[in-house]
Amino acid sequence: MTDLTALTLSEARDGLRKKEFTATELTEAHIGAIDNANGTLNAYVLPTPDHALAQAKASDARLAKGDARPLEGLPLGNKDLFCTNGIRTTACSKILDHFKPAYESTVGGNLWNAGAVMLGKLNNDEFAMGSSNETSAFGPVVSPWRRKGADTKLVPGGSSGGSSAAVAANLCLAATATDTGGSIRQPAALTGTVGIKPTYGRCSRWGIVAFASSLDQAGPIAKTVRDAAIMLTSMASYDAKDSTSVNVPVPDYETGLTSGVKGLRIGVPKEYRVAGMSAEIDALWQKGIAILKDAGATIHDISLPHTKYALPAYYIVAPAEASSNLARYDGVRYGLRVNGKDVIETYENTRAAGFGHEVRKRILVGTYVLSAGYYDAYYLKAQKVRTLIKQDFDEAWDKVDVVLTPTTPSPAFGFGEKTGDPIAMYLEDIFTVTVNMAGLPGISVPAGLSSEGTPLGLQLIGKPFDEATLFRTAQAIETAAGRFTAPDAWWLAGAAKKGKS
Amino acid sequence: MQDTTKSATNKNLIPGATGDWEIIVGLEVHAQVASKSKLFSGSSTAFGAEPNSHVSLVDAAMPGMLPVINAECVAQAVRTGLGLKAGINLKSVFDRKNYFYPDLPQGYQISQYKQPIVGEGEVEIDADGETITVGIERLHLEQDAGKSIHDQHPEYSYVDLNRSGVALMEIVSKPDLRSAKQAQAYVTKLRTILRYLGTCDGDMDKGNLRADVNVSVRKPGEPFGTRCEIKNVNSIRFIGQAVDVEARRQIDILEDGGTISQETRLFDPGRGETRSMRSKEEAHDYRYFPDPDLLPLEFTQAYVDELAQHLPELPDEKRARFMKSYGLSPYDASVLVAERENADFFEAVAKGRDGKAAANWVINELFGRLNKEGRDIADSPVSAGQLGAIVDLIAGGTISGKIAKELFEIVWTEGGYPADIVELRGMKQVTDTGAIEKAIDEIIAANPDKAEQAKLKPNLLGWFVGQVMKSSGGKANPAAVNEILRKKLGI
Repeated sequence: MTDLTALTLSEARDGLRKKEFTATELTEAHIGAIDNANGTLNAYVLPTPDHALAQAKASDARLAKGDARPLEGLPLGNKDLFCTNGIRTTACSKILDHFKPAYESTVGGNLWNAGAVMLGKLNNDEFAMGSSNETSAFGPVVSPWRRKGADTKLVPGGSSGGSSAAVAANLCLAATATDTGGSIRQPAALTGTVGIKPTYGRCSRWGIVAFASSLDQAGPIAKTVRDAAIMLTSMASYDAKDSTSVNVPVPDYETGLTSGVKGLRIGVPKEYRVAGMSAEIDALWQKGIAILKDAGATIHDISLPHTKYALPAYYIVAPAEASSNLARYDGVRYGLRVNGKDVIETYENTRAAGFGHEVRKRILVGTYVLSAGYYDAYYLKAQKVRTLIKQDFDEAWDKVDVVLTPTTPSPAFGFGEKTGDPIAMYLEDIFTVTVNMAGLPGISVPAGLSSEGTPLGLQLIGKPFDEATLFRTAQAIETAAGRFTAPDAWWLAGAAKKGKS
Repeated sequence: MQDTTKSATNKNLIPGATGDWEIIVGLEVHAQVASKSKLFSGSSTAFGAEPNSHVSLVDAAMPGMLPVINAECVAQAVRTGLGLKAGINLKSVFDRKNYFYPDLPQGYQISQYKQPIVGEGEVEIDADGETITVGIERLHLEQDAGKSIHDQHPEYSYVDLNRSGVALMEIVSKPDLRSAKQAQAYVTKLRTILRYLGTCDGDMDKGNLRADVNVSVRKPGEPFGTRCEIKNVNSIRFIGQAVDVEARRQIDILEDGGTISQETRLFDPGRGETRSMRSKEEAHDYRYFPDPDLLPLEFTQAYVDELAQHLPELPDEKRARFMKSYGLSPYDASVLVAERENADFFEAVAKGRDGKAAANWVINELFGRLNKEGRDIADSPVSAGQLGAIVDLIAGGTISGKIAKELFEIVWTEGGYPADIVELRGMKQVTDTGAIEKAIDEIIAANPDKAEQAKLKPNLLGWFVGQVMKSSGGKANPAAVNEILRKKLGI
């Protein structure tokens, strides 16, 4: 039998239905891969093999009856930001300790109701704050990718670094992820995977540990554009329990995926040609333009004049909301508690011990920008910038259907290379935050390799609730550029190669 | 700030060593919205349940939980705004008020800060013998906190989250009140309006109506003084006491050459004093910002109009109608409309009868008796039908007023149909003129000197009436007695 973990989600789906293998076999293959790889890559913070096998068994029964649901028997990874009923959920923070929710996130529930199997909880930056997965309380995730001829440990991006690494290393068929400023698209770009942040309101935020409520959106990281489309079709739903959820029907995103981009108007914003952008990123961008042109799309220069204000404004809005959202972690009702002599000292001890450095920094920044006397100068001004960014895009949609940009300004970097330089780290999100600030859908699709042999991604930005057009455009790029998979399973060296046959 | 608004009439000024002072009061009333479930969750709002039995995942602020607005609470706030003749804002915004406290699970209270659901309105009150219009600044919706319990364990406090997330309306008055009595009259009137509307039970014992009282003093005509806010006063009596005590404290400080520092204070009813809770410098920075989990609250004018159409008659309108339709005095009308149930009871008695007589019986006999026994109209042993029947028996001349009181007593204690009781117990008024004449003749015969004097002093008639009534056991028809006596005595 071929390596079942190397299959894409859609291939595995088709194989299950043709009874080429069972959901249990498929799940066991992934459990074996996790066993072999996780000690090195640290993608999972909590594998749940027993849970997965029980789900797979139930799926096999349905498959046998010909009663398969859309994701029947397909093993997935679940970012640890998603609350899981009876299964430890920590947001990769010490402050949640051994917290076990008594509820399942709406997005997770949608996936399991569609028949999917959960292999475990995936690593991420603490409370999704980071761009390299180095802020996790469970330690960093190692990317399955390496630079040519080097064994430097590279980051898988963040905050959904566990998701991107697990998908790239075949430790799941696809994974859930969340994106507040680029946390789906940037890790996807750095690992040769596909990640889409849908329109704000497309996926319910209910049951997902909040970082910045007005920016957070769930989405998938997957091996192919088709897989991402299949995943989002099941993840998205209107949810009355989330007041910011939008009641727009969810199309079957897989339909029309290959209908091409003929006549589609592609916008290329000049403001994304930032100072210091490497020649190879520019070359990738040109490659993307050429691919879409060849496929029949038309290319248009556009201007999004307020782009340069997006990142500073983001670093006001996101910490402000986070400082308030994280106030509930006070040691009173659940999670970590470090007692002090009175309640104030208990708060201080608990939060000092529970939150990591990056989270504490953002709480401080957020508290500061909301303080009396500073609110107007920071938060209010940032919200005005946000309105201007939205207007930029609204005007662009008169001229184009999709905007094409690079996903990141540079390829994957090594451990510790940017942790000492917060500005350099924050610049990782420079092309992605505008999309969150405007509430738009954005997808990252692999399009080439850097001179170091590591993957690079292109970002496509769409109109609100026009994810279908993004999938179709991304498919055109994937079809032309091909897939980019990690060249060899180096992380298995030393580990018994069981599960491989 | 120069105050160009109303000034106190002289009788409201309070004397000090350096001359008269004027009290300025503004109130923030927290009224619990009458609703089955909480403002942003489906948990019950029922009072008196086991601690932490009405707590949803949202109320406990579990990770990833989100608030969803309860439409009924919005409707209740709009109804209240309409009842306060206030502007309704078709768009309002929920903000987060951030602070840490163990009974505040989210670490913030969801409230409305810059854009409340209801804007300016007014309430008319009667106090100190005049009618005053009190301005309403705004009304906004917010969540209540849970309850910290400090007397269950030597080292730890306990928290009950049943109240956490219950909807409150904060109703902010303008600083238009000039005495403790006015402050009390305002809260009383506000409570009446809320209860009429059915938007708040107004039960101060259960804490579902409480007030923060802002008090300052000044010399008449001068700008406002520095105010102090007395938190969480939970009875109308205490509101009056707190105003007086705080005003006197401030006057004493000012007359000793001191200054008032702006601060939050607590009223201690046991010691009859207010004491400092926290100064302005210690005040929290609440870091208000719009709650990103909630969209702005928007509705149409048609929605407001629909609610307005189904608004009940309010106390001021009812009072005016009672005066006009039933010929009641302003005082009687006010007494009757103070509680909607009382007004309804009165109308049931007055329907098809003489309004004044009905008011007289409801207020003097029934309310008097209920008050004496500390009972509500809802559990009155005498129904509106029974009281109406008594009034009918008087009007038809079947019984006298005096007998009617005895009859009322029988109905109160034993129940039964008033007409049957009168019949069975022989309480019918004697209108047989023959019998009355006979009694009169006997009394005149027994008192010839008085009968002679009565010709010159017609006041003596009353004495004769009394004697006749006495001899008839109260059953003689007083009108007939009067008429015959006048004839016989030649008055």
